[in-house]
Amino acid sequence: MTKFILTSALAAAVVAWPSAQQPPSQPPPQQPSEIEFTISGEGRAPRLAIPDFIAVSPDAETAAIAKTIGQVLWDDLDFEREFTFIPRDVYSTIPRATSFDDVPFDRWRELNADGLIVGTVRKTGTAIRVEMRLYDVRTRRAAFSRQYDGTAANPRLFAHTISDEIHKSQRALNGVARSKLTFDSDRDGERMSGLMQNRNIKEIYISDYDGENQRRVTVGKTLNIAPRWSPDGRSIAYTSYRRGGANIFISNIFQGTLDEVTKGDKVGENWLPAWSPDGTRVAFSSTRDGNPEIYVANRDGSNVRRITNHPSIDITPTWSPTGTQIAFTSDRSGTPQIYVVGSDGLNVSKRSSDGYCDRPTWSPAPYNEIAYSSRSGPGFDIRVIDLATGQSTALTNGEGTNESPAYSPNGRHIVFTSTRAGKVQVFTMARDGKNVRQVTRTGNNEKPDWSR
Amino acid sequence: MKVARQLTFWIVVVSLAVVVACGGKKPPVARPMPPPPPSNPTTSSRPPAPPQPVSEPTIVPPEPVPEDAISSASLDDLNKNSPLKPVFYELDSSELGPESLKTLDENAAVLKRYATWVVTVEGHCDERGTAEYNLALGERRALAARAYLVSLGIAADRMRTVSYGKEFPFEPGNTEAAFSVNRRAHFVITAK
Repeated sequence: MTKFILTSALAAAVVAWPSAQQPPSQPPPQQPSEIEFTISGEGRAPRLAIPDFIAVSPDAETAAIAKTIGQVLWDDLDFEREFTFIPRDVYSTIPRATSFDDVPFDRWRELNADGLIVGTVRKTGTAIRVEMRLYDVRTRRAAFSRQYDGTAANPRLFAHTISDEIHKSQRALNGVARSKLTFDSDRDGERMSGLMQNRNIKEIYISDYDGENQRRVTVGKTLNIAPRWSPDGRSIAYTSYRRGGANIFISNIFQGTLDEVTKGDKVGENWLPAWSPDGTRVAFSSTRDGNPEIYVANRDGSNVRRITNHPSIDITPTWSPTGTQIAFTSDRSGTPQIYVVGSDGLNVSKRSSDGYCDRPTWSPAPYNEIAYSSRSGPGFDIRVIDLATGQSTALTNGEGTNESPAYSPNGRHIVFTSTRAGKVQVFTMARDGKNVRQVTRTGNNEKPDWSR
Repeated sequence: MKVARQLTFWIVVVSLAVVVACGGKKPPVARPMPPPPPSNPTTSSRPPAPPQPVSEPTIVPPEPVPEDAISSASLDDLNKNSPLKPVFYELDSSELGPESLKTLDENAAVLKRYATWVVTVEGHCDERGTAEYNLALGERRALAARAYLVSLGIAADRMRTVSYGKEFPFEPGNTEAAFSVNRRAHFVITAK
């Protein structure tokens, strides 16, 4: 599985964007056969040092790539807060290694490093080869070693891959460094054609989890909003007004093809798709029977089944991790609140009790919680309901208005929007509300989602 | 149509009689038309006078509604300065207040006058609601406005609805003044 993800992730970097071609396959990494072990922090988080990677080839591009990989790897590892780090400003006092053979372990030991990541970058024809080792500084043995071949087009992907593998090996953690975000944005300032020329259109964008490599993936000249990654990370379902009213579309972003989930004159308005965990079905809200209700359809639009039945608004579905339940927003009690229903339509229960709640997002396992937007004063804050206890906790506290939470695939982070920096921008934070990072900076960027 | 023609005929007859009675010297003075005589004018016992030789009145085709500024404008220009006024809502609400009902009464009169117009009723919300729920709230607002117009006799199939939630604010900014104009049902003329 890891090998598959690595191969496809590395290969994706060489795809010209947007391309209808299948990415060419890359050679899998070659793994040294030594036994891996875990670096201990002796009761605290292990302290790592990550000096810039060593450019073995003498050209400037290799040097730049080596620097990028080291720095991005630092950020990726820091994101999960599983390690602490020797501050960068002391690195200049340590002699730089030129290969794996002249690493000054004793100097790193003086700085109380538990682990040391050393990497080399060399050109191999048109590609690059990256070798890395995570050393136990005390024993000077490599706890973890890998070698990667790939394109030089996206050096960050080497760092993301190394980070995910280190987290897996050392902390038994599924890191998110290779996951991606998607959101809608009006940043291009393009206007709606036709009768409403004073209106900014919105298009779907994707980016790396850290906000790098932001790319537009729709050309609708209309409102394309509320994107959701398919579980396999190859498609995005969203709400589009390209037919006049709101309908559900799926963009297969590596094929350059578009599927219409809702079409025809009799389907009403259709909003806010959410993929079932197995990727075969889509839940959404539709007015086809007169007022907004939750429906589930196969991803090709067939086999539409109605899940809710109430004359009030039912909208914004999200699936439980096992696919057996759907949470949604309903104002059947008078104000918008979070409800849970079986994916067979049975056993509706109200789960929130704040004044105004919307955009529920069910966490992945092992966490059993739903994040949502909750009105607090003039704006909104992100809150989380623990489904076992019913307890609700605020993750933001009035720093601008905060909306539209979505979980990272490992459940440890939440992407959301906030106006704390001016316009509406995408941010990420840890699931305890700490470690807030700004992802977007141009235009208004809204309704984000995080790939599986 | 037949009644109208009879009416025209009798008006001509009466006008001629008035002109004859006045000796024909004074220029005709415009004044309110007398009511048309009853359809059976032979209330007296006298036999009816032989018909006077009047020239056949020229049949004038029904006068078209004069091209006014509204009906001659392009759709784009119409929508820029629309005779159909938006209606506004309270926070979190799709209820039509007295002001909104009055506006819709006026819009209904316009839609009756321009009976070929097809419009889209757009529902809009302010940023004090969430982006997702606002999609449905905007639809509810558009439907409320449309339902009232239908109750006034405007054909339902002339008015489609769409909700834009808070995606297309009319006024930027986060003041109550901006919010209150962003909570609206907005009319766009799409065909005339």
